[in-house]
Amino acid sequence: MDETLAEFIKRTILKIPMTEMMTVLKAWDFLSEKQLQTVNFRQRKEPLVHDLVLLCEEKRASVHDAALLDIIYTQFHRHQKVWDVFQMSKEPGEDIDLFDMEQFKSSFVKILRRALKNVTVSFRDAEENSVWIRIAWGTQYRKPNQYKPVYVVYYSQTPYVFTSCCQLKSNIPLLGQNFETHNTAMPLQERTLELDIHMDSRIIHENRIEKERVQRVTQEAFGNYPQPRLEFAQYKLETKFKSDFNGDILAERKEPLRCLIKFSSPHLLEALKALAPAGIADAPLSPLLTCIPNKGMNYFKIRDK
Amino acid sequence: MCFPGSLVRPPEGVYREVRSAVRTGPERLQPGPSTRAWRSSLSLVGTEDALLQQLADSMLKEDCASELKVHLARSLPLPSNVNRPRIDLIVFVVNLHSKYSLRNVEESLHHVDATFFLGKVGFLITGAGREGHCSIHWNTVVRLARTYRSPLLFCDLEVEGFRATVAQRLVRMLQICAGHVPGVSALNLLSLLRSSENPALEDV
Repeated sequence: MDETLAEFIKRTILKIPMTEMMTVLKAWDFLSEKQLQTVNFRQRKEPLVHDLVLLCEEKRASVHDAALLDIIYTQFHRHQKVWDVFQMSKEPGEDIDLFDMEQFKSSFVKILRRALKNVTVSFRDAEENSVWIRIAWGTQYRKPNQYKPVYVVYYSQTPYVFTSCCQLKSNIPLLGQNFETHNTAMPLQERTLELDIHMDSRIIHENRIEKERVQRVTQEAFGNYPQPRLEFAQYKLETKFKSDFNGDILAERKEPLRCLIKFSSPHLLEALKALAPAGIADAPLSPLLTCIPNKGMNYFKIRDK
Repeated sequence: MCFPGSLVRPPEGVYREVRSAVRTGPERLQPGPSTRAWRSSLSLVGTEDALLQQLADSMLKEDCASELKVHLARSLPLPSNVNRPRIDLIVFVVNLHSKYSLRNVEESLHHVDATFFLGKVGFLITGAGREGHCSIHWNTVVRLARTYRSPLLFCDLEVEGFRATVAQRLVRMLQICAGHVPGVSALNLLSLLRSSENPALEDV
């Protein structure tokens, strides 16, 4: 095992918090039970990592084994990364293809290799028909940089692909090519919205019809399934100031008013969906908010027509 | 006139007045609650249904004697196609975190018959505890209550202890407004509450 690989494995294991160490190593399933038993997990982290790397050397770990460990670490710490989402579009008239994971993986590697020889590609299947793909990019003359990989998570039954921040923007179209032939229709997960109607007959809900209308309108706008996780939406306004008051100074301005509005939340779309049922906003919500999942955009520039 | 979350002791003179009012009418005393059902209806008006529901639950827990009914409404007017008993007290709930809730109450007030403002309307303000989330200044609602000459209660409805306290108060107010407390009417209560206000703050 060469030095650079040993160093990479050492640094990867060092990243793992001690509380997760056993879990991650077991998930990796590269070092055997016997080997793990020979290691003292109570010692301090540095000597522990040193021992583990020695074991990896004994077992002749390859780049792919190391890459797999990196994927597992990232899966455990996925929330620490910033993900971009891409939605694949379907050409009208195209048939739904049957998806075969193995075929997808082999054609994925082929396409990448065709373009670039120095690239490390690794796959790991995960929950809900998803596959995690780790790509370490090199150049024509340099070996792949294992410290700056790109992660792509593809949920095979959906048209969505998640990528972790790709510093080499030029590689995105290359990734795109891989997904061209694999479009599938998105299934709608049926979820029943439970209307919590109070059973106490001493409480009378006077606006039940209105409440049902709000639920219906919200469902039409957001659908029955859980919303994609989005953390912010930004609106850049360049519009003239509109006011109800006559003679408002700001309304007399000829130039548009520049204004930036940013919505942020741990789960923005669920929060927007909850606004009208909670009685915090009118239903239907402004189309500027509800169009976010349909348009697949969360940065908007709004100008006067 | 404001009722903050903590108890406010009315001035001595007022207290004595209430006592005498109850004592002077023995012949008008109704039989005790255990022998008769006292019907009363309260209308809670506000945009945030979850809070209204919790308050209604707290009130129903408080009330053991009378047949209390709570109508929850998002706004007024109430749907006219329903047969409902006479409403004895309307409480408008405003959340200081939501301008929308204030606007809704302001519009609903236009649909209230003038006779209700003789002691059968109250305002309940929630959200004052979390000042960072407030988008309405509390003074705005104080002025609103003054404009409509109606009592104002502050209570963080999200805190169970405060909610139970205000539920107790509302049940008492409702009993008076429904005429179940001998010798005290809604109008009596209103003038008693108002006279404890600092005269310097009174509107013209």
